Amino acid sequence: MTIKEQQDSIIEEFSFFSGWDEKYEHIIQMGKDLPLIDPKYKTDENLIRGCQSRVWLHADYKGGKIYFTADSDAVITKGLVGMVVRVLSGQTPKDIAGADIYFIDEIGLKSHLSITRSNGLLSMLKQMKMYGVAYQAKEI
Amino acid sequence: MTNSDAITDHVLDVEKIRKDFPILQTKVYGKPLVYFDNAATTQKPLQVLQTLDKYYTEYNSNVHRGVHLLSQQATEAYEVARKKIAAFINAKSDHEVIFTKGTTNSINLVAYTYGRKFLKEGDEVLISAMEHHSNIVPWQIICEEKKAILKVIPINEKGELRMDEFDKLLTPKVKIIAVTYVSNSLGTVNPVREIIAKAHALNIPVLLDGAQAVQHMPLDVQELDVDFLAFSGHKMYGPTGIGILYGKEKWLNEMPPYEGGGDMISHVTFAKTTYNELPFKFEAGTPDISGAIALGAAVDYIQQAGIHAIQQWEEELIAYAYDKLAAIPSLRFIGDAKHRAGAISFLAGNIHPFDMGEILDKQSIAVRTGHHCTQPLMEIFNIPGTVRASFSFYNTKAEVDELVRAVEKAKRMLE
Repeated sequence: MTIKEQQDSIIEEFSFFSGWDEKYEHIIQMGKDLPLIDPKYKTDENLIRGCQSRVWLHADYKGGKIYFTADSDAVITKGLVGMVVRVLSGQTPKDIAGADIYFIDEIGLKSHLSITRSNGLLSMLKQMKMYGVAYQAKEI
Repeated sequence: MTNSDAITDHVLDVEKIRKDFPILQTKVYGKPLVYFDNAATTQKPLQVLQTLDKYYTEYNSNVHRGVHLLSQQATEAYEVARKKIAAFINAKSDHEVIFTKGTTNSINLVAYTYGRKFLKEGDEVLISAMEHHSNIVPWQIICEEKKAILKVIPINEKGELRMDEFDKLLTPKVKIIAVTYVSNSLGTVNPVREIIAKAHALNIPVLLDGAQAVQHMPLDVQELDVDFLAFSGHKMYGPTGIGILYGKEKWLNEMPPYEGGGDMISHVTFAKTTYNELPFKFEAGTPDISGAIALGAAVDYIQQAGIHAIQQWEEELIAYAYDKLAAIPSLRFIGDAKHRAGAISFLAGNIHPFDMGEILDKQSIAVRTGHHCTQPLMEIFNIPGTVRASFSFYNTKAEVDELVRAVEKAKRMLE
């Protein structure tokens, strides 16, 4: 699936939920599906600092594609991280670097991308795109 | 003690009070707002809002310099507000009350000016382990500049000051003690009378961070004999951007000015400037006139409700919340001091406070999560932060029940 297709499928999944609690239960569930970062990579170097919750992110480059693993100490953040990883993992550096991430807004979690929440999600997205840019440069 | 004390031996009419706060009528996510983030900032009563409105619609003008009528009215109202605040904390004189931007600004003022004048290499400044960053960082800055040493009074596992350790730290090397009256993160009420008495025995002045105290309990600076008291308007039902530094006249006169500019001068030439008298020496530039006047209105509001009645109701509410929260399985309190005011901090099981805060928010309950600007304190407890419910006299037991129900729901979802 392309980045766009992955996002659209998440938006569709969320369209079935009527209450906020169902939505959050689904987010928490997606945190459980997140490909967990190998503990040896859970270092300060891979730590994305947010004001409140912490996120660790690791990137592997194989066969022209980037595969992400991650973790967070907060389960809602972990769910959001899981969704972003689902969208961007296994894509090419070029597609990741240029990705337009719109699904977070569409499913009503825009506040997680605001500066005030500072929960690491926005910083993580930037970091993932940086990996895209970095591996793109390597290819050339 | 303030005049209101004699007449405040009554029970608060909380429902009537709530009607004075328009924002408490708002709904969030379609449900009535439950506001338990009062330690961050309190909501404002109509009386304060109307004062702001009246100032800007009827007599907005600059203070202390105009010959015209509006300026005289603005100056009069600004100085009346100062008198109200002086009376509220029972300062000996109005000119011991300095208008600042807030608690942080007040502490920075003292750290910088007192520090510049009195701190020397090897001197010590004593703070506590439960200080807000705004009562840590200003002292770190001046200590670094003066090669002085910042020392910290430790706390016990309940979040109370270790007074035995304080006694050991209290030596003639200490040149000032800066501690919080009430902890913003833990709700601990510190034994400030004992601290002040022991400090004064060695002629050491004491600054109290009163940001979480003045709105919750009667506070008399003469009775406490405190040297400096810093607090914020917006945490006591006034507007943001205005705060107070109380200082004993003797210290304020000895301290150099903080900022230079208009209003703080007596005479300026390019060769030499002489400074204005107190309090204007520390109020450079056009002050927050509307904020000061509206803070006066907030003080009136508190006085009318009665600070004793406020304290009584808030203590009852906190005891109620404590018992209800304590009954939730796996919930633990961060800070369990014998003397508590304002706030309760807690964690539930292994749930991250940020997750808890978000699920409470979705249930229209506003709490604060995180480190509450007390990162060193969170490190002592080895936690990423807490969930903090902080109370005001407009909160009700029904709201506490809502909080408890919402915490239980969050636990079901997050555990």
